[in-house]
Amino acid sequence: MFSNPDLQKLVFGRLSLEDIPYHEPILQVTFAMVALGGLVVLGAITYYRFWGPLWRDWLTSVDHKKIGVMYIVLAFVMLLRGFADALMMRAQQAVAFGANEGYLPPHHYDQIFTAHGVIMIFFVAMPFVTGLMNYVVPLQIGARDVAFPFLNNFSFWMTVSGAMTVMASLFVGEFARTGWLAYPPLSGADMSPGVGVDYYIWALQIAGIGTLLSGINLIATIVKMRAPGMTMMKLPIFVWTSLCTNVLITAAFPILTAVLALLSMDRYVGTHFFTNDLGGNPMMYFNLIWIWGHPEVYILILPAFGIFSEVTSTFSGKRLFGYASMVYATVVITILSYLVWLHHFFTMGSGADVNSFFGITTMIISIPTGAKIFNWLFTMYRGRIRFELPMMWTVSFMVTFTIGGMTGVLLAVPPADFVLHNSLFLIAHFHNVIIGGVLFGMFAGVTYWFPKAFGFKLDPFWGKMSFWFWTVGFYFAFMPLYVLGLMGVTRRANHFDDPSLQIWFVVAAFGAVLILLGILSMIVQFVVSIRNREALRDLTGDPWNGRTLEWSTASPPPDYNFAFTPVIHDLDAWSDMKKRGYARPVEGYRAIHMPKNTATGVILGVVSIGFSFAMIWYIWWLAAATFATMFLVTVIHTFNYNRDFYIPAADVVRAEGQRTSVMAGRA
Amino acid sequence: MHDRAERPPGPPARQTELITVARSASRPRPPARTAARLLRGFCAVSLSGLLAGCNLVVMQPSGDVALQQRNLVLASVGLMLLIVLPVIALTLLFAWRYRATNESAPYDPDWHHSTQLEVVIWTAPLLIIIALGALTWISTHTLDPFRALRRIDATRPVAAGVKPLTVEVVALDWKWLFFYPEYGIATVNELAAPVDRPIDFKITASSVMNAFYVPALAGMIYAMPGMQTQLHAVINKPGEYAGLSSHYSGTGFSRMTFKFHGLDDAGFDAWIAKAKAQGSELSREDYLKLEKPSEAEPVKYYKSVADGLFDTILNMCAVPGKMCMSEMMTIDAKGGAGKDSTENRERLRYDNRHIEQGDEAPGSTAPASGRTPHGQEQPQGMKPDGNNPHVHENGTKPENQMPAPERDSIAPSQLNNK
Repeated sequence: MFSNPDLQKLVFGRLSLEDIPYHEPILQVTFAMVALGGLVVLGAITYYRFWGPLWRDWLTSVDHKKIGVMYIVLAFVMLLRGFADALMMRAQQAVAFGANEGYLPPHHYDQIFTAHGVIMIFFVAMPFVTGLMNYVVPLQIGARDVAFPFLNNFSFWMTVSGAMTVMASLFVGEFARTGWLAYPPLSGADMSPGVGVDYYIWALQIAGIGTLLSGINLIATIVKMRAPGMTMMKLPIFVWTSLCTNVLITAAFPILTAVLALLSMDRYVGTHFFTNDLGGNPMMYFNLIWIWGHPEVYILILPAFGIFSEVTSTFSGKRLFGYASMVYATVVITILSYLVWLHHFFTMGSGADVNSFFGITTMIISIPTGAKIFNWLFTMYRGRIRFELPMMWTVSFMVTFTIGGMTGVLLAVPPADFVLHNSLFLIAHFHNVIIGGVLFGMFAGVTYWFPKAFGFKLDPFWGKMSFWFWTVGFYFAFMPLYVLGLMGVTRRANHFDDPSLQIWFVVAAFGAVLILLGILSMIVQFVVSIRNREALRDLTGDPWNGRTLEWSTASPPPDYNFAFTPVIHDLDAWSDMKKRGYARPVEGYRAIHMPKNTATGVILGVVSIGFSFAMIWYIWWLAAATFATMFLVTVIHTFNYNRDFYIPAADVVRAEGQRTSVMAGRA
Repeated sequence: MHDRAERPPGPPARQTELITVARSASRPRPPARTAARLLRGFCAVSLSGLLAGCNLVVMQPSGDVALQQRNLVLASVGLMLLIVLPVIALTLLFAWRYRATNESAPYDPDWHHSTQLEVVIWTAPLLIIIALGALTWISTHTLDPFRALRRIDATRPVAAGVKPLTVEVVALDWKWLFFYPEYGIATVNELAAPVDRPIDFKITASSVMNAFYVPALAGMIYAMPGMQTQLHAVINKPGEYAGLSSHYSGTGFSRMTFKFHGLDDAGFDAWIAKAKAQGSELSREDYLKLEKPSEAEPVKYYKSVADGLFDTILNMCAVPGKMCMSEMMTIDAKGGAGKDSTENRERLRYDNRHIEQGDEAPGSTAPASGRTPHGQEQPQGMKPDGNNPHVHENGTKPENQMPAPERDSIAPSQLNNK
């Protein structure tokens, strides 16, 4: 581009045309598909004149419901990417035996397993969890929005920026080839001199800011904005688990930010925190990243536990068994999750005292977790269980998660871990709990609350197809990995010499194809449901005979959620209201004070993509410019006093009147 | 008759397995045998079609340490099944019995608390965890890899005065280097030890972390640069076993495997003699060449080794002129060198992967080396393939395959590439 290398370096940093891997066939196809898909989406938005509404009602929205939905859309989109990675790995491992090298060289394969882990945890599981909490928590506590609506919007766009940064690595440069936690010294400047680890660092730093802020936001919401009468021991259990999750987020994510900042200093300015020489200590990184990483596991699973509790209680037609013990179990798990991190590296050579301490604390977590399973079990006992889709996910979870929990406790015994650590047994274990726990929980939550968000149920047939493909596919995909682990096969290998292993990998690949069918069924389910929405329409706002406050309002809820803030007398507030013959007030509406939409979040999100890109490619002028822009936009936003408005009483009267007539028409 | 009883049941095909479970003269102990039988039974019966090649090496190890770890796995699983099986059974039972269509089942919507039941559901897991915790505490201490062995197998303690075989292990990019200080030899990607003699592995690495793992012998432990970990183990049955790195370490990781031979005393002496006869010398210069990244390195023997080579590797000073960490630590222990320390800085820098010399591994990042990022280069030492003439003994030569970077290349420079 420039004949003068210095000028080239000044303008483009280390970026050059050679860094765009256009000669890689797999990427050519991917790029073509992304470009085509992108054009179709953009064309459709233009054709349906959706740009205006998209900007006004969604991208700049500070409504917690819209933001929650956008988080979940992001999670589904990234699930497709993360799963494509999984399929490629399964295909490679199913063929790469003996003289057959498979179709992915290490350079590519190593990026894929790193990206798969990073995307599935940070950009699938986290947005699912945050999205559902965002959508449901304010509704369940009778609030009109979260405590800091703009902050919520900003958090979402930071998460999107992180996701976009990871996606950019597919087409410009490369992603990290280090595994999803980027352990040094492998991730240091000496061993990974390219841009891969920098993509990793900046994607997580930016998304991490979003997660941290949304954690603070939801804590403030739950602590300060509960409806009158809703004392802590009358909180819906999902709100309790969300509270604990957000406490974990707020305490854990700064550690991730700090450890990644130290790693970037090693890489950018030549410090020696985690290098081999000059006093650096890579073992420190292992400790720090897992002091974040283990609580992260509970950040994901606790909200799933909350969803299962709500679902079990609703579809069994019973109050949750042992509410108090459920709450205490959640709190105990929250605290203990900080005392177990070392079990991720028993094999690093700590002494027997240290290893047994962390092994035993890990096992202790299984006590409250076991208590939770029993509580769900006894909620079902003497219930009238309606096997709607969310309940099916829950039963599948209870069986699958128990198996995963057992293998987890097994791995907590240090000498047993010595023979199973880093093996495919470990891979099988954590997919067993993350798919069987977190993901099944999120799917249960999405099907459960979908009619609340959109006013119609999801198609049950395709939902059940998806359920069976996922469940059966999971067992086909991961049970062979347990066996392979016992055969001494380690993770992250892209080639094997022993041909007797192949059959197991083939079975696992078959399982992955079943899961693919599960994902496709899910997509079909959304399409079919949207087309049949009139048949699936729910006018009551309470399609499942729910028990908590979100079911007391219309589906979809009005912008202000509740025309009147409800007053709470008992646990399962809505169930209690129904029992006591609650009559919905039909007059006396007043104007409602609401936050105003703002574009600042989107702008900051886009600029921060530019910033991370500049940092990754050493384009210092752009880094300075984007950073200054971010600073400026933030300062300007603090002077924005035009940030709230009143929904006029007339509008409230109209909306509520409509609901009154709809409900009357139904009756 | 006697001999027959020791032979594990199983189809003959099993005997041609890659990782041979050799039949030794030592008689397996009853509990282990029962467990092994059960496992083979599981392999053979439940999934016989699939499991023609079932070799759960972790469940059927050949060394006493791995065997104790296997027994621990089985005991822990057994303990947990006490609660896991009832939970799964109850889940399915309740899901079936209290389904909405079953009108005959009792329905009690207000039943949501029972103190007795709460006590049970907290106590039952607690009791199991107390048992498992005790087992964990004891086994973690007895099976601490740093602790010298007390027994050769369940019936034989280590005799007084037996000196363990010391093996110094170095994880290089991407091959294993083993020193036998007692015999003065060294090997690459091949390890051997006499049956029933305790082995004391001292383990380190040259650049990144790896984990040293021979599943049939004992659990894994990390190999870390500038640090030494230790593993005590013993092999009880002669045979050839797989060894590997079980901690991802970069491009050549998948081929970072080696064979571990458990040999009888005569066989081990013969193996040492072979290494001495076939091997060359391993000087520091040779080591520095060997240390450079390479993949699928063939087995090599060294009949003699430069004095103190393992210590210099461990102290990150194999390169002449570098300061050993032990020297630095001695200086520090005496209160440090004050301002003069700055003079030691260059001598303490450790160029792990020789990136500054520009001969980093195939597959490394493009701009650092001028290689195209998605190179088709054949890894060194890859086995020839008749069907694929591309793959041959000599491998491709990088300079023939990849265009060298042009002098006035605009390829962006890297941190370490000046």
